[in-house]
Amino acid sequence: MIRFLPELLLIGTGLFLLILDPFLPASRKSLLGKIALLGLVGGFLATLSLWGKESLLFGGLLALDGYALFFKEIFLSVTILTLLVSFRYLSLEKIPQGEYFALLLFATVGMMVMAAGTNLLSIYLGLEVMAISSYALVGLIRKDLRSLEGALKYFLLGAFNSGIILYGIALLYGATGSTDLSEIFIFFSRVPPSKMMLVGVALLVAGFGFKISAFPFHMWVPDAYEGSPTPIAGYLSVASKAASFAALLRVFLVALIPLQPEWRNLVILLSILTMTFGNLLAFAQESVKRMLAYSSIAHAGYLLIGLAVGNVLGVSAILFYFVAYALMNLGAFSMIVLLTRQGTRAESLEDFKGLANRHPVWGFCFLLFLLSLTGIPPSAGFVGKFYLLAGAIQTGLYGLALVAVLNSVVALAYYSRIARNMYMMEERRRPEISPSWALRFSLILLAILTLGFGLFPAPLFELVQEASQSIL
Amino acid sequence: MLSFLCYLPLAGALIILFFNREWHKPIRLFAFLVSLSAFVVSLFLIPPFRLDYSGMQWVEKHPWIEAIGVSYFLGVDGVSLPLVLLTTFLSAIAVLSSFTAIKERQKEYYVSLLFLETGMLGVFMALDLFLFYIFWEVMLVPMYFLIGVWGHERRLYAAIKFFLYTLFGSVLMLLGILALYFLSANPAYGTGGGTFDFLQLTHLSLPIQIQLWLFTAFFFAFAIKVPMFPFHTWLPDAHVEAPTAGSVLLAGVLLKMGTYGFMRFGLLLFPEASRKAAPLMVTLAIIGIIYGAFVAMAQTDMKKLIAYSSVSHLGFVMLGIFSLTPQGLSGALLQMINHGISTGALFLIVGMLYERRHTHLISEFGGLSHRMPVFATFFAITMFSSIGLPGLNGFIGEFLILLGAFRARFLYAALAVSGIVLGAAYMLWLYQRTMFGECDNPKNRSIPDCGMREICYMIPLVLLMFWIGLYPKPFLHISEATLQHVHQLVQTTLLSSMVR
Repeated sequence: MIRFLPELLLIGTGLFLLILDPFLPASRKSLLGKIALLGLVGGFLATLSLWGKESLLFGGLLALDGYALFFKEIFLSVTILTLLVSFRYLSLEKIPQGEYFALLLFATVGMMVMAAGTNLLSIYLGLEVMAISSYALVGLIRKDLRSLEGALKYFLLGAFNSGIILYGIALLYGATGSTDLSEIFIFFSRVPPSKMMLVGVALLVAGFGFKISAFPFHMWVPDAYEGSPTPIAGYLSVASKAASFAALLRVFLVALIPLQPEWRNLVILLSILTMTFGNLLAFAQESVKRMLAYSSIAHAGYLLIGLAVGNVLGVSAILFYFVAYALMNLGAFSMIVLLTRQGTRAESLEDFKGLANRHPVWGFCFLLFLLSLTGIPPSAGFVGKFYLLAGAIQTGLYGLALVAVLNSVVALAYYSRIARNMYMMEERRRPEISPSWALRFSLILLAILTLGFGLFPAPLFELVQEASQSIL
Repeated sequence: MLSFLCYLPLAGALIILFFNREWHKPIRLFAFLVSLSAFVVSLFLIPPFRLDYSGMQWVEKHPWIEAIGVSYFLGVDGVSLPLVLLTTFLSAIAVLSSFTAIKERQKEYYVSLLFLETGMLGVFMALDLFLFYIFWEVMLVPMYFLIGVWGHERRLYAAIKFFLYTLFGSVLMLLGILALYFLSANPAYGTGGGTFDFLQLTHLSLPIQIQLWLFTAFFFAFAIKVPMFPFHTWLPDAHVEAPTAGSVLLAGVLLKMGTYGFMRFGLLLFPEASRKAAPLMVTLAIIGIIYGAFVAMAQTDMKKLIAYSSVSHLGFVMLGIFSLTPQGLSGALLQMINHGISTGALFLIVGMLYERRHTHLISEFGGLSHRMPVFATFFAITMFSSIGLPGLNGFIGEFLILLGAFRARFLYAALAVSGIVLGAAYMLWLYQRTMFGECDNPKNRSIPDCGMREICYMIPLVLLMFWIGLYPKPFLHISEATLQHVHQLVQTTLLSSMVR
């Protein structure tokens, strides 16, 4: 049981929050956030202590390998940062705190199960826990129609998508007689694939494609992100995508690797379409939140390069990129949180005009995140992209690499619009912003790490290599 | 030593961050002090520099990301040392020239300028391709801001155009760098261990087909930076909109990165491909020379005129490099320095006029020589240096390049000479229209002559023009051994490929 302690800690904290919430007077609600934070930090430390103790849990349903632990640490760190960013935001937007924190914890547990799942069913279980919690999180700004619209859209498409994944699992089960990933692998290495299996694989690609927001399954992303509380948009764009990638990689590179010739070209195609489409549409956005939503689609496209590469280098690159992506994307969404004031939404490009002039430190932080998102050194984003491209070049995917780098030029065109507004435009009004200390701390931390991993990526390199070797 | 020099401006920039925004004067003076001391430090590189040695000197090498063979590797040789000196020299002048021109957000301005200096120095010193790429890209950011924040009317458009064009080229180079890395890891071509170390990569023996692909990838990055015809369209925009110091550094140093890239990486990493591509490169260079000159002639805006003259002059540099002769190479390197000095000076001169009249239009001026005799003298010397009048620096460089081109092929030299004639025509015409004639524009009646500070930064430039023009030996000597080595390397692969 001790090996499941991190998850149990989160579940316990979440349940405790739900029980405690009704008994707290409105003025003491901030206590809830602190308890949630405590639970998360506990979970983080507990996960850390499990490092190096490889084993299987629950009769082989979950694996406790370096890969799963690495992802779990990413989820927990992202959740902690999301929490820190949310504190003042929740009271500004009048979001019920008890539900918010509890749902956040439950969603994180779902992700942790997904990353550790070695059986299609346990992965599906984690995925549903995560998905249902996120539907509710997106719709938590109850007065706001956009929030409700986003949540409804996300829920309807998500429920439909769950059906698709389940159907894919059923077909694979029917074909191979097992839902265990290693048994599916053994089956496929002996038996050539039939039509039914390929349909199953295709359904899984579509289902996970939806979760990682790959083209053409990305339709929910802009609306859901725009409607949801801003910290949640950041959380979904990073943690939910990372969890889906964690499961996707494990399914495709452990169980379905014998079918690689079958699905590889499909992944390359998805990657190219996703990054190009995401970038081109991001260019047309006036709302920074929507722009970041489309940019997160484009980043899913970059990440798919790692899956197309499909070896240790590719998986390590994805793991590295997720660290970088978590830093820069959370940073970017936190910048929108920074501008949020009582009763107004400040998320259009206009709102960033002259920001760097008034608040040089925050302006510079955002600049750093934007450079990192574009992939300009010295930043974690550059090293991550470099790593992904290295994988593509090594395996001879020159065309894919070329499309990817040309996409970063397109990406510069829209990210620079934010930088331009911050540095080169005159402000029109002078909104006061007074970020909470937690938000200041997170922004500075994110900026330092973005720069730090850009300059000294060596320790992280070793870590991701170790983690990816544990599944391949 | 090199690290110290490279990060000195950056350290200065970081210190300025802690200054109060309103301390305009201390910020300015401190920035100048930093850039001046960087120049002085760079001078100390010269005495211990061994002129007879063709390899890298002042080498610093530390492991950085060992897992993928990236090291922190700096060094200079006869090609990069002059460019390092040019960078520190022009940066100090650029800072000094901005004292009165920049009135808004001075703190950020000088921070960007010093940050840019670090990036530029890093590009010329880095010998690890990963490190080189980082400096190459990092430098774009401060330049983007210099143009975008402190530029003129269409600055936003020019800034992003500059950034997008150069990024487009660099990302292709990034792919080339990665491919080189994996080729070096392949035992068929290299030693087996993947590396980004430039010196080790020169020992790869790559088949010509692969060389051509890689040369193409690097070509885009460098050709856009030079800029070679037909990739030059960002340059006039960037120059016209950039503040004076930005133009000085853009023309003086940034463009040299392209030609430096061809000289260092193009020739040495892909010698056979360079030879194969030479006719094409020379053709583009000559088109650039003539086309640039013709377009310059048609300009009504002084800055645009000088920008196109840069296209033409950099065409000469490219011609020198890809003539693949010793004279052409040393002429090209000298011409890189010359262009930095003369065009830098021309931009400063135009900048002085802009500060006084807030326009770059030629038609706004006329008869200024009576009102501003000192200014007119500086302008005249600079103009003659740019044209290539014997006795001034431009002549030596162009002469050597033409000599090299002539030895490569008569036709090259013959066509390129027309560029010199056209160059003389547009520059003299520019001078005539602005300086001579009647001073009939009433706004020019009371225009003041050069001030003390302006004289201070023009004098060293003018002295250098005469020095290189009259006694170029030390300047040629410093790069002689290295360039001979480069030339030999390109030629020996010629022999070996013939034997094969």
